[in-house]
Amino acid sequence: MLSAESLKRIDREIAKFPAEQKQSAVIAALAIAQDEKGWLATETMDFVAQYLGMAPIAVYEVASFYNMYDLAPVGRHKLTVCTNLPCALSGGVDAAEHLKQCLGVGFNETTADGRVTLKQGECMGACGDAPVLLVNNKRMCGSMSNDKLDKLLAELK
Amino acid sequence: MPKLEIDGRQIEVRDGATVMDAANALGIAIPHFCYHKKLSIAANCRMCLVQVEKAPKPMPACATPVVEGMKVFTESEYARTAQKSVMEFLLINHPLDCPICDQGGECQLQDLAVGYGKSASRYREEKRVVFHKNIGPLVSMEEMSRCIHCTRCVRFGQEIAGVMELGMMGRGEHAEIVSFVGRSVDSELSGNMIDLCPVGALTSKPFRYGARTWELARRKSVSPHDSLGSNLIVQVMANKVMRVLPLENEELNECWLSDRDRFSYQGLNAADRLTQPMLKIDGKWREANWQEALAAVAKGLKNVRTQHGPETLGALAAPHSTLEELYLLGKLMRGIGSQNIDFRLRQMDFSADAKRTGAPWLGMKVADISRLDRVLVVGSFLRMDHPLVASRMRQAAKRGQQVNLIHATDDDLLMTVVNKAIVPPQALPDMLAQVVKAVAELKQKPVPAPLAGIGVGDAAKNIAASLNTGANTGVFLGNLAGQHPQAAQLQLLAQELAGLLGAGVGFFGEAANSVGGYLAQAVPGAGGLNAAAMLAAPRKAYVLLNTEPELDCNDPRAAIKAMHATEFVISLSAYKGYALEYANVMLPIAPFTETSGTFINAEGRMQSFNGVVRPLGDARPAWKVLRVLGNLLGIKGFDYDSSEQVRDEIARPDEVAAKLDNRLSGIALQIPPAAVAGLQRVADVPIYFSDAIVRRSAALQQTSAAALPRAWMHAALLDKLGLKAGQAVKVRQGDGEAVVNAARDDRLPLGCVRLAAGHPATRDLGPMAGDISVEPQ
Ligand code: SF4
Ligand code: FES
Ligand code: FES
Repeated sequence: MLSAESLKRIDREIAKFPAEQKQSAVIAALAIAQDEKGWLATETMDFVAQYLGMAPIAVYEVASFYNMYDLAPVGRHKLTVCTNLPCALSGGVDAAEHLKQCLGVGFNETTADGRVTLKQGECMGACGDAPVLLVNNKRMCGSMSNDKLDKLLAELK
Repeated sequence: MPKLEIDGRQIEVRDGATVMDAANALGIAIPHFCYHKKLSIAANCRMCLVQVEKAPKPMPACATPVVEGMKVFTESEYARTAQKSVMEFLLINHPLDCPICDQGGECQLQDLAVGYGKSASRYREEKRVVFHKNIGPLVSMEEMSRCIHCTRCVRFGQEIAGVMELGMMGRGEHAEIVSFVGRSVDSELSGNMIDLCPVGALTSKPFRYGARTWELARRKSVSPHDSLGSNLIVQVMANKVMRVLPLENEELNECWLSDRDRFSYQGLNAADRLTQPMLKIDGKWREANWQEALAAVAKGLKNVRTQHGPETLGALAAPHSTLEELYLLGKLMRGIGSQNIDFRLRQMDFSADAKRTGAPWLGMKVADISRLDRVLVVGSFLRMDHPLVASRMRQAAKRGQQVNLIHATDDDLLMTVVNKAIVPPQALPDMLAQVVKAVAELKQKPVPAPLAGIGVGDAAKNIAASLNTGANTGVFLGNLAGQHPQAAQLQLLAQELAGLLGAGVGFFGEAANSVGGYLAQAVPGAGGLNAAAMLAAPRKAYVLLNTEPELDCNDPRAAIKAMHATEFVISLSAYKGYALEYANVMLPIAPFTETSGTFINAEGRMQSFNGVVRPLGDARPAWKVLRVLGNLLGIKGFDYDSSEQVRDEIARPDEVAAKLDNRLSGIALQIPPAAVAGLQRVADVPIYFSDAIVRRSAALQQTSAAALPRAWMHAALLDKLGLKAGQAVKVRQGDGEAVVNAARDDRLPLGCVRLAAGHPATRDLGPMAGDISVEPQ
């Protein structure tokens, strides 16, 4: 189901917790699985559940809670703009609007060429740097003026 | 032991108690949704906010531990404001559909909204909509917008049922309760989620839109299915059972019910319900009145007795019959000169008969099971046969009870089983003997002589090591052990083991009156034939009580043959069933909801109940039918005015304990070899095929547990036989055969085939244990 490489990485995560608390590694395991597969299909979550000795639904709870996990295929790049209240008050929604304009897609949509998926995110704990967005779940960008957004888009192939 | 004050009243509570616990002890009601005494604390609904002196904000009573000197106000202005605000939030997204909601009238949200809600909402925006889900035939998730996300249903699955089938997906505004990507909820305890759900999100599918709660009368009853004797509230309307709910009894079912107890009522008024006495004249059935029918029965029995002798009469009764019914049937048979009566229809080994000192029973109270620190379960499909005993052990296992298992299948018990020995059925005695020997060696006690030659394997050693370290141990024989061809040997071994360990020992017991049947003397008297012998050497006439021999007997093939070969069959039953094919007279009797009666459960608790509705059509309580029959046959002592009078003749509740005794005397230990040539059958009775009522419950029959039986085999065995999982195979036992699909279960031991009994698909097969062969169809 997952490559030997991924399993090795997951095993390393598991090793960080006491044996009877294997399931603490679920967040990392899902991230690793997503790195390999691009997104988390039902079977992938099922596999992770089995691997960690958890109920599949418990894995699903985690995977659906954090919007870094994708439960459906996404484009080559994923932009997650925070639109929670503090961000919304300082330009978060406008930044999202700008991206929508440039990309010609709405939230939860992918550009026709499969390049970018736009998502709406929850507070990333960086409200002071609003507008804030995440690139591909891992790279955090702050103070995203329209200029900076345009530059970012140009960067994404 | 901190002391605190709630609303000006003092109380001292145990360390670690919460404000909610303290309030409950004082009888002070704090509004709540997510809190439930049997579940872990989630503190997510916030309805229980109270004022705590010196605390800077309102505190959730359910999650706030008591500290010395705390002062709590549950009804102050401050607390009330907090509670009302929470209610306002809860109602923001809750639909205003109470008039069409099944929960209306028994909804905690509705009730609390009366006290804490506003008469009009300030919320003008759109409410959120949550899609409905289908999780199977029992629990309805049609209106999930009503959910208030208390997660009681989720916690129930994780903590009580032992399997997390529902979870909360998403977060915040998008949170919803789901099963994993469209899967069904298959727990045998799933119906309890309906009771737990404080709103109308989870409701009962079979009961849906059937009635309003205030239209229903609530009557107490006792479950006729497993040996626990769960206490029921049967809700009736217009003389019909509409719904069954648990009646809380901490010592038995706690506040739960198994789905079998809860939904079996659907079978009560099944299409083939017998509502009129019927006579077969010249091969044609016709309805008759009671007088005619009873006269025909009396005449038929007398004829057979005169022509062939009284010993050619036999009676078979289901262990789900009431104590009074079983007793009167025995008395009737003896009155007409026959000692042939038995209620142990699925038993194979009767070598313990006449060697018993008393009625076999659990050996302890049900509640004691929770207090054991070591348990050995021998031969039990525990979750299916005794769902709530399994749940009790699951809770105990979490507190450190070590559960050990010796069995022929390795179904997931959804609890930690520290050691298990999964062996083919014929090897169960040998495996148990190994454990006895291992324990004897650990304890440095003499090993019983017949066990001298037994080799002790690692599995047995591990089990022995676990049991040996216990202070309070229980050894239990399950249904498979009771139905085993060497049941008496298993019992002797269990006793030997318990003796070494100073442990309690007993039978879980198959049905509501598995203990009661012995007390009612519904067992063969001196020279009489037991259930198996009555079929092996067919009688000339049979009296059937509450039973469908082709599904209830250990050897359905022998049963069918015997029924067809005999001259005269009287079926006292609530249903027509297969009796249409072979009976001569069918007498409509009342199921447990329509008669008064008594069940004696596994722990020897005598529980009497009244009928909750009038008998359907011309059906009559069986004890009355037997009374009239006794009089018609001129037998003395059949003048009873009430079922209580019958019961008191058998035993008073306080006399039961003295009649319970698991000991056997005069049987020698003799361990059969563990290995045999040829495949052996392992037969479970699927949970929703255990008796005539559940077999007719439409909803239960749609569950995955009621799927068509398959011939389960280990992959290696499938290979060896050249079979593939999923293919149709012909299964043979003696001259009986059935066609089922093969299926793979690698947890089964080699050398055996698991194939369910009690099911129409396997009624042409032979006994529940013994040789079996499988070939491609
Ligand atoms: S479905 Fe019912 S029990 Fe489950 S979380 Fe929602 S309100 Fe609570
Ligand atoms: S609200 Fe956007 S980062 Fe906190
Ligand atoms: S009952 Fe205390 S928070 Fe729900």
